[in-house]
Amino acid sequence: MGVTIAAAAKRKVLPGFGLTMGLSVLYLSLVVLLPLSALLFNSTGLSWVKFWDVATDPRVLASYRVSLSTAAAAALADAVLGLLLAWVLVRYEFPGKRLFDALIDLPFALPTAVAGVSLTALYAPNGWIGSWLAPLGLKVAFTPLGITLALMFIGIPFVVRTVQPVLEDMSRELEEASATLGAGRWRTFRSVVLPELIPPLLTGFALAFARGIGEFGSVVFISGNMPMRTEIAPLLIMSKLEQYDYAGATAVALILLLISFLMLLVINSLQRWARKTSR
Amino acid sequence: MKNKIRKGLLTGFTLLLTAGLTACGNNTNTNNSAAATDAATNTTSTPAAAEATKAPSKEPVELLNVSYDPTRELYESYNKAFAAYWEQETGQKVTIKQSHGGSGKQSRAVLDGLEADVVTLALGYDIDALQEKGLINEGWQAKFEHNSSPYTSTIVFLVRKGNPKGIKDWPDLLKEGVEVITPNPKTSGGARWNYLAAWGYALDQNNNDEAKAEEFVKKLFKNVPVLDTGARGSTTTFVERGIGDVLIAWENEAYLSVKELGPDKFDIINPSESILAEPPVAVVDKVVDKRDTREVSEAYLKYLYSEEGQKIAAENYYRPTLDSVKEQFKDQFPEIKLFTLADKFGTWKETQEKHFNDGGVFDKIYVPGS
Repeated sequence: MGVTIAAAAKRKVLPGFGLTMGLSVLYLSLVVLLPLSALLFNSTGLSWVKFWDVATDPRVLASYRVSLSTAAAAALADAVLGLLLAWVLVRYEFPGKRLFDALIDLPFALPTAVAGVSLTALYAPNGWIGSWLAPLGLKVAFTPLGITLALMFIGIPFVVRTVQPVLEDMSRELEEASATLGAGRWRTFRSVVLPELIPPLLTGFALAFARGIGEFGSVVFISGNMPMRTEIAPLLIMSKLEQYDYAGATAVALILLLISFLMLLVINSLQRWARKTSR
Repeated sequence: MKNKIRKGLLTGFTLLLTAGLTACGNNTNTNNSAAATDAATNTTSTPAAAEATKAPSKEPVELLNVSYDPTRELYESYNKAFAAYWEQETGQKVTIKQSHGGSGKQSRAVLDGLEADVVTLALGYDIDALQEKGLINEGWQAKFEHNSSPYTSTIVFLVRKGNPKGIKDWPDLLKEGVEVITPNPKTSGGARWNYLAAWGYALDQNNNDEAKAEEFVKKLFKNVPVLDTGARGSTTTFVERGIGDVLIAWENEAYLSVKELGPDKFDIINPSESILAEPPVAVVDKVVDKRDTREVSEAYLKYLYSEEGQKIAAENYYRPTLDSVKEQFKDQFPEIKLFTLADKFGTWKETQEKHFNDGGVFDKIYVPGS
């Protein structure tokens, strides 16, 4: 690693390190650090005791549970489905592939509320899909399952777009070599392909997961917002703001931020570890 | 390397500081204009029929009316009427911009710097919040007639055509197998009126026994399968998704749904007793003094009480308060026994604290395992 940085510095693609680093710090401060410190500042209206009370209220805890479990389930499902989608996109040629590829990004571009409204319309008990599931006793809209579905929709591009380039770069020769050495398809996949894919898969998972925790627009429509059952944490922030309780709202937001950040840290180090062991 | 990093950080923070200082000068303003352009998408302009001969006595003026969701159609017609009236009276052209959203959200936008000349919201509580921050002078509610509520409404039921579950009155909503749709009172101003209507009815039926009223409302909310964040969301759930047997709704919203979605699909049921919903209006003193628009802003709200203003309200299914217009529309608004917030609950502040704030009665209704 050290060698490559030194080599890059000698070539000087960008002007001096001082200036580039300076601009990066400026940018990061304006876009990320300042808003976050404003958030912290807003919650200073609360004493520690009050902060703890707000953050550990049973209803707030229940909403974290809903947010975390559905986001995790959705990110997991996305990791599997996203790998499949990326695989199909990279390894096969078929008519309409370009269109298929473009469709993947749609959840990025669409306002999330649109996703929420249309998913609810589909999966509500009288919707196109919901009306088929209802006789089977399967309720999707207004249950945690519905939230998971919305979050899967929101998160899928994260996985596909991180796995796809790695798959594209992977040389076929390795697989061929593995096959000539007598390994079956499954063995080749498990010992040759998968180790390479674990870091991007983890990244995709982490991004989808972090996004899911904070997602609001697509979820409020399909979740039914039942306290203690399908109420997500961002909704509680809204509900506190309705009481002009800015400090309380920031307290919940802060916890949410902390969880997201911790998740990203853990997954980043996992990723580093995975990269090391796969080499 | 270490030196370089230090230098880099230094450059960054210097740049940041410079940027921060330059931004400080107008930092309140940037916030405002962004919010204003964002919110004020709806513009009603004055009729262009100004006589060329008559020199305008005053500069044209622009007002911003920050309101809540269901008043969009009402103010679209009213703004036209007021602009015509004002030009005829004073020769001044007035353009009124409208901004709509959830009542609490709108109030917070004004708190955060959206320069509204007047606010016309769903709850007194949302205007009280502006008063507490010094944007509106004390005693705003006594400034205009009828507690500063030019038009009123009430809470009624919308049921599916033919009323298959036989819903006639509040107790029917507690029956087993009846699904009730109402938004969440914690996130929707309108839903607070729904909740209070049920509570007030239960008080009357049980000699003002608070515990019984709580039991009543608790049972009612057990029949609610979906809690939307706002009133329009609940209407969608009931009307489009086909969920639930009865929608608790503002009378004007119920009429609008029936009108827009077909009288062959829904019936409106008037309960035996309900609450008089008083959506209040107020001039934002701090803004009108700064922008020098007090005169026209006050006239704007006052004209809501005129014959023409009242008619427009009634045509948009709000109950008029002027007797002559009431008489004209008496077929549209059936008599319901109505109580006010002050009759049963006191001020909005007390009501909000007791029922809807965190740890209040509404939260208790939802303790785990209940």
